[in-house]
Amino acid sequence: MKSDFKLSIQLNCPLPKLDFDIITLGHGSGGLLTHRLLESGVFKILENPILNEQHDGALLNFSGRVAFSTDSYVISPIFFPGGNIGELAVNGSINDVSMCGAMPQYLSLAFIIEEGLPMEEFWEVLLGIKKASEEAGVPIVTGDTKVVERGKGDKIFINTSGIGSVHPKANINIARIKVGDKILINAPIAQHGVSILSVRQGLEFETTVTSDTRPLHRIVKKLFDECGEDIHFLRDPTRGGVATVMSEVAKQGKLGIELVQKQIPIDEQVEGACEMLGLDPLYVANEGVFISIVSPHVADRVLKILKQNFNMASIIGEVTEAHPGQVILQSKIGGRRVVNMLPGEQLPRIC
Amino acid sequence: MKYLSEYRDLTLVTELVEDIKAITTKSWTIMEVCGGQTHSLVKNGLLEMLPNEITMVHGPGCPVCVTPISIIDEAIMLSKKSEVILCSFGDMLRVPGSDKSLLEAKSEGADVRMVYSPLDAVRLAKDNPDREVVFFAVGFETTAPANALSVIQANKSRLKNYSILASHVLVPPAMEAILSDPETTVNAFLAAGHVCAIMGIDEYYPIAEKYKVPIVVTGFEPVDLLQGIYMTVKQLEVGESKVENQYARVVQREGNLLAKDVIDKVFEVSDRDWRGIGTIPSSGWEVSNRFQQYNARKKFHLQPIEVKENQNCMAGEIMKGKKKPFDCPLFGKACNPEHPQGAPMVSSEGSCAAYYHYSNSNNMVAENN
Repeated sequence: MKSDFKLSIQLNCPLPKLDFDIITLGHGSGGLLTHRLLESGVFKILENPILNEQHDGALLNFSGRVAFSTDSYVISPIFFPGGNIGELAVNGSINDVSMCGAMPQYLSLAFIIEEGLPMEEFWEVLLGIKKASEEAGVPIVTGDTKVVERGKGDKIFINTSGIGSVHPKANINIARIKVGDKILINAPIAQHGVSILSVRQGLEFETTVTSDTRPLHRIVKKLFDECGEDIHFLRDPTRGGVATVMSEVAKQGKLGIELVQKQIPIDEQVEGACEMLGLDPLYVANEGVFISIVSPHVADRVLKILKQNFNMASIIGEVTEAHPGQVILQSKIGGRRVVNMLPGEQLPRIC
Repeated sequence: MKYLSEYRDLTLVTELVEDIKAITTKSWTIMEVCGGQTHSLVKNGLLEMLPNEITMVHGPGCPVCVTPISIIDEAIMLSKKSEVILCSFGDMLRVPGSDKSLLEAKSEGADVRMVYSPLDAVRLAKDNPDREVVFFAVGFETTAPANALSVIQANKSRLKNYSILASHVLVPPAMEAILSDPETTVNAFLAAGHVCAIMGIDEYYPIAEKYKVPIVVTGFEPVDLLQGIYMTVKQLEVGESKVENQYARVVQREGNLLAKDVIDKVFEVSDRDWRGIGTIPSSGWEVSNRFQQYNARKKFHLQPIEVKENQNCMAGEIMKGKKKPFDCPLFGKACNPEHPQGAPMVSSEGSCAAYYHYSNSNNMVAENN
């Protein structure tokens, strides 16, 4: 299955000639094998002045407020339409830092690899990391590699952390959200979740839907450059989707939220797949989507900025005085319903 | 999108709501039989669009909900056998038995797999000849053809390590059980569209005749449901009790003959326990004697397990349409989707779970009642 999506990355980084074709426990031992894996692979691919120091940690200079975020990636399968676990891990931490109103500057990267992972697949993941890190302009400056016995992991787990200075004009805080604020979204929802499901074992279905994994720091910077403190809140609705994030905001901030379903952008194929699988796209995961809650007087400006990069950006709702703590969705046919958090993972229905 | 957007058309919906209002002069209680219909009514906010005179009550048509705890316990017991791979549809995994759910059994080490089709379970049996693969065959008439087909496939491939734990339930006997209750308030039914797509509609004529209730076979989209309600009210207002088919784009009078044939081969009618309702005679399917080597109950010599439900739970009355979820003292308190005390809170298609999920503390989904 993975082979369909492998080698999608056209970088001139052929697999180094190594005398091993799978990852073994020895590669995480800290000894000679680890050294060879890092020297001929990881360091060379991801090289930058700070990483090249090969210290125990990275020495960095910051002044003022800093945002720092960490996340682990355990996705299965590790290759999927539109990306792989490596790109996801880089973009994910970049986006988490961005949502704090900061500009991600450095990343850490840690692998937990299951013994037996083909070197070729590890290489592909590494190239995904290189591509994402270069495209975003955020270098990886420190890292770690561990190997666990076969059966104790699921091919490869990745942890990344991101750090960066807070934008001078940013002031992101749930307490700053006010009644009348507008809620905007940059891109169509549920793409990532559907692309993963389309290649999951036992469920393979034909689709051209690809993951929306992408870094969001540049567009976020533009928003702060132009609208500064009028951006009250940002959040990327990854796991749990838009519904969960909106529910969290309503509950935490004791705010009423009204969403208009027909304003929420969704690709026709994604919508069809969700219908087929019995999933509500509002709860399906995204990777390149973010929600901004902004002062009403800048809403149109924010929309214009978003539209420069994302043609389906949209104002999807607003913050209301009514029903504090609750999200109400106005359905496409004019009905109204409450949007709650899911008690667990969304599971496909029987019929 | 074909077959999607047309049936969610705002103009059509508005017109149908107006049409329903225009013909409604008395109070009527209509039961939508299928959980998918309940889900759609609530999810699309249709309940609050209906005139106050119309009360929708939610039927027992959620297969996950009506599966008795004792059968879930059987599945969990099987999953704990080291040789067994227990396969199930996704939403059955979270349903608690008397002690735990299949998901919890999995986290304790049981080999429980979520599959999307029983044929995937047959494939697993082929790929794992040294293991026993058991498929938890839950559902109404809709899932029965695929489950039956899995037995036929396994038989064709001479697989000896595949069996199903059948918990199939049938809609018409449940409708009769509801109607024969002297306290029933149900005036008419929206019959479950997809069940009828398999079985056809002939079974419903004697019920409509005997109990003098209109039965309208109805689909699941907003326009389907409103049209079904319109057709039902139209009959009620003039005192008719006919069987009509709103879902003609999917349902044919004779049903799906191929599917019925497969079902007839593999299953035979049996009495069945319904969670929250009790035993209904001839209301389920069990693997027939001809295929008994594929019946997990026989293969693993399972004995019936007795389990007690929470006495305060109103599931039975809610599924018979006598009470609403908000009437239950446990609703949203001791009973919620994480810790369901009764059947209708279990699956997202159960009426209590649908109310819990899509409603607020002001009982918004039930404003018209």
